[in-house]
Amino acid sequence: MNKLQELFKNKKSDILSIYFTAGYPKLETTGEIIKGLEKSGVDFIEVGMPFSDPMADGPTIQDSSEKALANGMNLDIYFEQLKSIKQDVYLPLIAMGYVNQMMRYGDDKFLQACVDGGISGLILPDLSLKVYEEEYKTKFEKYGLVNVFLVTPQTSEERIREIDAISNSFIYLVSSASTTGSKSDINQVQVDYFKRVKNMNLKNPLVIGFGISNNETFSQACDYASGAIIGSAFVKSVSEKNDFETISKFISIIRS
Amino acid sequence: MGYSVDKNGFYGDFGGAFIPELLFPNVKELEDNYIQILESDEFQREYKNLLKDYVGRPSPLYLAKRLSEKYGGTIYLKREDLNHTGAHKVNNTVGQILLAQKLGKKRIIAETGAGQHGVATATVCALMDLECIVYMGEIDIERQAPNVARMKMLGAEVRPATSGSKTLKDATNEAIRDWINNPEDTYYLIGSVVGPHPYPDLVARLQAVISEEMKIQLKEKTGKENPDKIIACVGGGSNAAGAYYHYLDDEDVELIAVEASGKGVDTGETAATTTIGTPGIIHGSKTLLMQDDFGQITEPYSISAGLDYPGIGPLHAHLFASHRGVFLSATDKEALDSALELTRLEGIIPALESAHALAVLSKIEIKDTDTIVVNLSGRGDKDMETYQRELGY
Repeated sequence: MNKLQELFKNKKSDILSIYFTAGYPKLETTGEIIKGLEKSGVDFIEVGMPFSDPMADGPTIQDSSEKALANGMNLDIYFEQLKSIKQDVYLPLIAMGYVNQMMRYGDDKFLQACVDGGISGLILPDLSLKVYEEEYKTKFEKYGLVNVFLVTPQTSEERIREIDAISNSFIYLVSSASTTGSKSDINQVQVDYFKRVKNMNLKNPLVIGFGISNNETFSQACDYASGAIIGSAFVKSVSEKNDFETISKFISIIRS
Repeated sequence: MGYSVDKNGFYGDFGGAFIPELLFPNVKELEDNYIQILESDEFQREYKNLLKDYVGRPSPLYLAKRLSEKYGGTIYLKREDLNHTGAHKVNNTVGQILLAQKLGKKRIIAETGAGQHGVATATVCALMDLECIVYMGEIDIERQAPNVARMKMLGAEVRPATSGSKTLKDATNEAIRDWINNPEDTYYLIGSVVGPHPYPDLVARLQAVISEEMKIQLKEKTGKENPDKIIACVGGGSNAAGAYYHYLDDEDVELIAVEASGKGVDTGETAATTTIGTPGIIHGSKTLLMQDDFGQITEPYSISAGLDYPGIGPLHAHLFASHRGVFLSATDKEALDSALELTRLEGIIPALESAHALAVLSKIEIKDTDTIVVNLSGRGDKDMETYQRELGY
């Protein structure tokens, strides 16, 4: 069982995950941010692999990705940075990026580098269920990596069941039809959708993301799911100031 | 080996739909319905009527005598430049707007580079009274001001893409993001044979009217449906896909694709994807694209905004990989020279994109008995500023 699966086995509620873009605000800040998040009581971390054309991301993550690439971030450095702190990090890490990055790096080389860097799972938004099943499932399993699928308000019940059947850590419940960082409140339509999926009694726990930005939206999300993921709001906070104090303050406000 | 899309949306190794779950229902809706709608009598009737009376089809197949004298063989120009709005782009937008209507969509989004697809989309939206939002790179908005004005006059909203290189690739990303944010009422009217399946096939089918007419016109003029060579420029590749479509399985017809090599394929300022590209995923499709060792998509360059795209459609990647197509390239300078040459020999000012196709006439072997069709995809009005600058008028 990998770290991510273990986490969900042992913790059923109020799980907090943070996304940040590796190499932003500075090339060297990846390790500091991971350690800062770990100390601040986050449950797992999504380490963004900056991509030139992040089609599922809104302006904040696009901007951080562009800057990270301008800072010189690339996958060699990314995996090197993760490897160098692997001994000090016990939290599950997820690598988040786009399929083209994995494909160009070479599938096996990429997956091996994930393992070597202490990555437990992957979120590649443009890796569709079908392509995963046909081309990647066996490979991911060979390396002991889990793939996390997204479910949106438009995903049919039948398809949610298919996604549940093939998932083996958690399902990423996208809070609304949007790119990342778009919305700020949770409305009744979203609540109905959360309830609808929750009542399906899936085998995988649900974690809500996209549009979770503060303690209010986090705690609302936790009413219907095992936890929530915060991305853009955190990326914005590190862009202003980047030290342990800022990180732990951000997390404690979310948890309050 | 076939050259049509397979049931999984692939052309050989290329194509497919590499899309976020957020786009799955939108793309699925299109995939489930497009063939049935396109093949329906009602659609065919409406589409053909619009092509005839609104676009002005069939476009002439013109025997370019003086051009033929210069290069040998019998050279015909397929005059897509004479279409309403000035290029082949409108063949596709007329078809897709009818499809969007039949799917009950109220809001149309599109991406544009040079502005030709944006204008063609804004035009059909005005015709059908549909809301139209066109994403265009901030840099392209500056360098294609007349087309921006045309879109606005037609009632479209032009939204600048300010991310990345601020050109066509980024405008496409923004259009995709808009579609993610508006999954139910919005139709994404894509402008080339790119994007996730079924777009490459959909757009190729709508541009196929070009080669459908060529067969009839060649038969009339030469007694044979098939030419020896068809030459077309390739950015994303929609005019080429249309010009090749009904000849794909006729292996005796040589299909010549011309990419823009910008300042030269080795200069780093080029858009010649098949020369320097590698397999990868761009805008939801597996194809050849320009990227670095880590899968970051790199910036293309060409004097012609319509060829300034870092990928090619998956059909073209397949034609390249299978050697069914011959891929050549032309530099900025060669295209400019060819544009001037056509103007002086035939009295036709071509679009810079189409001038790239003409530029290979001097590079290929032509027999006296050869019948050659050059797809003249657009007219040069939109490029007058560049021509004035480069040619010193």
